[in-house]
Amino acid sequence: MELILTKYVREPNSYTLDFFLKHEGYEGLKKSLTMKPGDVIDVVKASGLRGRGGAGFPTGLKWQFVLKDTPKPKYICCNADESEPGTFKDHLLMERNPHLLFEGCLIGCWAIGAKVAYIYIRGEFYHVQKIMEAELAKAYAQGFVGKNIMGSGFDCDIVIHRGAGAYEAGEETALIESLEGKRAQPRIKPPFPAVSGLYNAPTAVNNVETLCNLPAIMTNGAEWFTSLGPEKNGGPKLFCVSGHVKKPGVFEATMKTTLKELIFDHAGGIRDGHKLKAVIPGGSSVPILLPDQLDIPASFDDVAKAGSMLGSAGIIVMDETTCMVWVARNLLYFYKHESCGKCTPCREGGDWLLKILTRLENGEGEMRDIDLLVSIGGNIVGKTLCAFGDAAATPALTTVKYFRPEFEAHVREGRCTLPADWRASKTPVGAH
Amino acid sequence: MSFHPLMVYDREHFHHSERARLDEGGAFAFTADRRATLDDLLTKYPPDRKRSAVLAALYMVQEQQGYLTANGMRHVAGILDMTPAEVEDVATYYVMFFRERVGKYVLQVCRTLSCALAGAERVTEALSEKLGIKVGETDASGMFTLLEFECLGACDRAPIVMVNNEHWHERVRPEDAGRLVDDIRTKGAAALNGCHLKLEK
Repeated sequence: MELILTKYVREPNSYTLDFFLKHEGYEGLKKSLTMKPGDVIDVVKASGLRGRGGAGFPTGLKWQFVLKDTPKPKYICCNADESEPGTFKDHLLMERNPHLLFEGCLIGCWAIGAKVAYIYIRGEFYHVQKIMEAELAKAYAQGFVGKNIMGSGFDCDIVIHRGAGAYEAGEETALIESLEGKRAQPRIKPPFPAVSGLYNAPTAVNNVETLCNLPAIMTNGAEWFTSLGPEKNGGPKLFCVSGHVKKPGVFEATMKTTLKELIFDHAGGIRDGHKLKAVIPGGSSVPILLPDQLDIPASFDDVAKAGSMLGSAGIIVMDETTCMVWVARNLLYFYKHESCGKCTPCREGGDWLLKILTRLENGEGEMRDIDLLVSIGGNIVGKTLCAFGDAAATPALTTVKYFRPEFEAHVREGRCTLPADWRASKTPVGAH
Repeated sequence: MSFHPLMVYDREHFHHSERARLDEGGAFAFTADRRATLDDLLTKYPPDRKRSAVLAALYMVQEQQGYLTANGMRHVAGILDMTPAEVEDVATYYVMFFRERVGKYVLQVCRTLSCALAGAERVTEALSEKLGIKVGETDASGMFTLLEFECLGACDRAPIVMVNNEHWHERVRPEDAGRLVDDIRTKGAAALNGCHLKLEK
């Protein structure tokens, strides 16, 4: 397919305003500003664009829910907190094509009637933020952002807001809390941000890649966008492939592309001399797929049908040297560390899961620990304010489901049965 | 004063919180430049929402004195109309803020799955051995602190070692980790990567 989002990312100056303007830059915004905001929302709805952050919720619908009749200001919050393990697509877009994101933010603001877009970027992307700020200043100077944008009479500001290292800030209400200068902890919903979000005003929170799709939708039309993918999964999509593959990277493709093609063609297949063991298809929070489950289109709906989720399209590939007890422990350490602590099942349950997995991995576990994992995991899922709880339980539940014999071997032999040569050799698991 | 005759509330018997007390630090005020930057930043949020700038303000305290102290947080609280407790509440949540003295160069190794699959655990071991410190410690010279960080979002360039919350060093192999330390020792900040993404055609 012809690349849409990443067509120019390898060009040396692709991030500059000059380059962007030579390649249809701000054309989608120009067209949007000649339309009524409601009509822009209709186009986005017709395109079927689904949120690229993880949930796959239709963007047009999200915007339609934003309260129209309100005396309060409205806001677009761009979720650039990209923190889901295995995901690195927004980073590429922001670093190599920041104006595409600005254009998307402005189209969003015009559509819902907002005058400010806040881009909440994770603190670790500071090198990207500096590029973005320099480019944003240029866009202000040339009248693409700020007062009377492109002579249309539309005023809109963009503010880049730096986070400070919190996975949970990627949850939309936690992101809003963080933007308000508080701990990044989720709010009770309802009310949803569309009714009461940032500063208690109607807010739409959209992922970077989602917003970056808007200029092309406005320029080429909704029909063009839907035609690019399977039904209800239209448009270009960025896939992040990492782990034990020859050429890890970000690959743009339609959602007709199969997971198998992404791993074996785009990413060059498994590293030499090894074979595929398991794949996490949508960032660390989603269930594992086995090698024989990969011949399916990498779309939101097809991956869901296979029992997992496309999520943020962070595809983590593991070969036969990978111990699945170790994988579960690695990820539970992450979730225990990142839990915001607001809901008990997630805060305490995550800690329990980590402790049990650590002793299993060290060969100090008992057979009943394996059932205990399943029991505790089951008591976290669905019992927390945000999706973090489900995400935290998933690595434990999914590895036990598919690789239970490996857990049992750890108990029987009293040691890790698959100590790979790329793992720590001197430090015991859980030493710090 | 006691709620019950048998309950003793003196300092010896009363249970005190085990929460680590903040380092008070010396007297603190932003330099004029930083104060001006912060005032400028405040114009980007609604006038009654100064608190939104708290993360930025804390970064500036850290930039000025290397880590966050109680006096630094009080100064921020005063500017942003927050209580010192509210500032501490925020500061203790986010991992990029240091609440104790750290080395001049903080080495932050990504430890999450994709980096670990690419050998991050061995990179940490190599750095730990080279510096003679464990994860979480600062070396005797006060030059280096070694930390593990959670997914930095560059899994295609794993393993990643971030330095000072900003500079990314990519595809660091365990055998190269020592060289990074040597480079920083000899060249200082010049050894750090500015922008990470080298174009690959």
